[in-house]
Amino acid sequence: MSEHKHKSFREENGSYKGVFAWIFSTDHKRIGLLYLYAIVSFFLIGVLLGALMKLELMAPGKTVIDPATYNAIFTLHGVIMIFLVVVPGLPAVFGNFLLPIMIGAKDVAFPKLNLLSWWIYVFGAIIALSSLFMGGGPPDTGWTFYAPYAFKTNTNMLPAVLGAFILGFSSILTGINFIVTIHRLRAPGMTWFKMPLFPWTLYGTGWIQILATPIVGITLLMIVGERVLNIGFFDPALGGDPILYQHLFWIYSHPAVYIMILPAMGAISEIIPTFANKSIFGYKAIVISTLAIAFVGYFVWGHHMFTSGMSGTALYTFSLLTFLVAIPSAIKVFNWVGTLHKASIQLETPFFWAASFLFVFMIGGLSGLALGALATNVHLHDTAFVVAHFHFIVFGGVGFAFMGAIHYWFPKIWGRMYNSKLATSGWIIFFIGFCTLYLPMFFLGVTGMPRRYYDYVEKFHGPNIVSTIGSWVLILGLIIIIYNLIRSAYKGEKADKNPWGGRTLEWTVDSPPTLENFDEIPVVNRSPYDYRKNLES
Amino acid sequence: MSDAIHLHRDDEASKLGMWLFIFTELLLFAGLFIVYGIYRYLNPVAFHLAAEELSVTVGTVNTIILLVSSATMAMASTAIRLKNKQLTILLLLATLFMAFMFMTNKYFEWKGKFEHGIFPGSEDLLRLGHGDTLFFGLYFFMTGLHALHIIVGFVLITIVCYRVNNNTLTNENPVLLDNSGLYWHLVDLIWIFLFPLFYLIT
Repeated sequence: MSEHKHKSFREENGSYKGVFAWIFSTDHKRIGLLYLYAIVSFFLIGVLLGALMKLELMAPGKTVIDPATYNAIFTLHGVIMIFLVVVPGLPAVFGNFLLPIMIGAKDVAFPKLNLLSWWIYVFGAIIALSSLFMGGGPPDTGWTFYAPYAFKTNTNMLPAVLGAFILGFSSILTGINFIVTIHRLRAPGMTWFKMPLFPWTLYGTGWIQILATPIVGITLLMIVGERVLNIGFFDPALGGDPILYQHLFWIYSHPAVYIMILPAMGAISEIIPTFANKSIFGYKAIVISTLAIAFVGYFVWGHHMFTSGMSGTALYTFSLLTFLVAIPSAIKVFNWVGTLHKASIQLETPFFWAASFLFVFMIGGLSGLALGALATNVHLHDTAFVVAHFHFIVFGGVGFAFMGAIHYWFPKIWGRMYNSKLATSGWIIFFIGFCTLYLPMFFLGVTGMPRRYYDYVEKFHGPNIVSTIGSWVLILGLIIIIYNLIRSAYKGEKADKNPWGGRTLEWTVDSPPTLENFDEIPVVNRSPYDYRKNLES
Repeated sequence: MSDAIHLHRDDEASKLGMWLFIFTELLLFAGLFIVYGIYRYLNPVAFHLAAEELSVTVGTVNTIILLVSSATMAMASTAIRLKNKQLTILLLLATLFMAFMFMTNKYFEWKGKFEHGIFPGSEDLLRLGHGDTLFFGLYFFMTGLHALHIIVGFVLITIVCYRVNNNTLTNENPVLLDNSGLYWHLVDLIWIFLFPLFYLIT
């Protein structure tokens, strides 16, 4: 119990010194932070690439970079953001740090495998990024690596594709680790329906990682086979079918969107009840809709290919399923809003992130329906509308949830509080920048500006300028947020165990937690979001 | 490091993890099975004729080798529980020997094909037409990936063998042996599917 006796996980170095005490640590909390530092670094590179694209698009014709560089930059922006940032994102950082604590365990089921996953992640990232610096120039296919261009281009496709393959392997191992952890290491008394929602979403995510990632793995290996061995799986000149590549790619890459968004929904489901001081509305509905998303998400990949050539039956089926998969997400939004109804809300930074998450996620989701409908899709396919929709879900959804999560769990991870005013002003600037950046893209898309275009006609000039200015505002907000968090990690006020009044298990341990999280494994005998007043805690 | 953390061992968890991993491996090959199915459907005649190029004898011998090696691997799992170290090592070595035999056969089979000018991207293959190109492309890709798994299994079983020999793997903690066995059976299982697809359906 006594404070002085217990060193936090940050001080407990084990048998290694300095940086090695981190990169060889099997402690889930240190691994989570290793992922955080890596992911944030890659995120910033991705942001810079994105900003460069926006700068180029500020005016028609050549502004700062040439067309070939532009192609390389949107490819790298996509590869970095998808494979290095958003897919590992919340599960690898907050999942690693918090999953064991939230279910009352001392670590994940396979700590060594966990460390190995991080090493594989770093290795894959290095391989993928090496494509920047080698002979043929960075890849220029877009992050989707579509055949047949992926094996016709002379740029460095191999490192990018192999890097993505290796990163997939890391993702699979993390998924296996989390599923086994949840099955085997829940604290006594924590039945499935007493488990908090963030672990639940990690469980759903784990299954998608296991079931979908191998498919993209083998598909990327086939691309390697095409390039190195000239096999012809997807090359029409050798009898192959490029559409088949698109199918195989999206069989993974659509569920991958749910790998990204499910843990984000989990984090939001943690933040909202804490700041509403209220039990979450419809706990079981959220759990079931999580599993429903994981399941139905497999069968909608065809909606990426409505214009690629498919039978009418396939088109109708995929469109219908796409509408169906929106239902569980809508159920969740309904439950979050229901939780806020008549709640005494604590207005803190994590809550602002969660509330704005609801706003941007709704816009992203509804624009997804416009794309999922067959008739409108033909018009909107491959336009800036798709880019706007995608960024509203992945940057707006996952990114906002990530920001909310880091502000929510910051006191737990670093044991200090951040400057709340600075954090909130960072949020509002970021939020305004985000909307200014992406909302004009909806208009651009509807009026016909294609995605991935380097140049455009004069009539698209206005919205593009607005969008570019938005990117600067967003970056300003980002700088404030990062400055505040880094400064507070060193100089913030000390945080106590439970600064927000949360009810889940991570708020019962020290901030920052000790190496083994719990002195004694807790016994759980209440629901995770029990906000009744007469509790002992 | 490990003395700071309580030594935590959960054999059930290890087994569960291994089964999940095996699941991903099956899905990895499933992608290739789909591609095979589609191209066979599109080029039925060419696939039929191309399959006749492969020697059923070599395929059958390799199938028997792998099935027997799976049996010896399973027996090793039992032998270690009977605390019979000598027999365990013998059975593991037998498995390794058969893995080696499988690879040797594979080597000569591939070498024969190469000598006939049949390898991915070869002139002769392109002259044969699309169906044959795809058939042999899939043949080399799938059996090659399978051979890679044999090599991984070989390394794994070698480690197990070494650890049984220096008594760090005994009847107290046989889970690594069991999991290597599961992996080996997976490699066997995939071959059971590859064999009819490439050799028998003619």
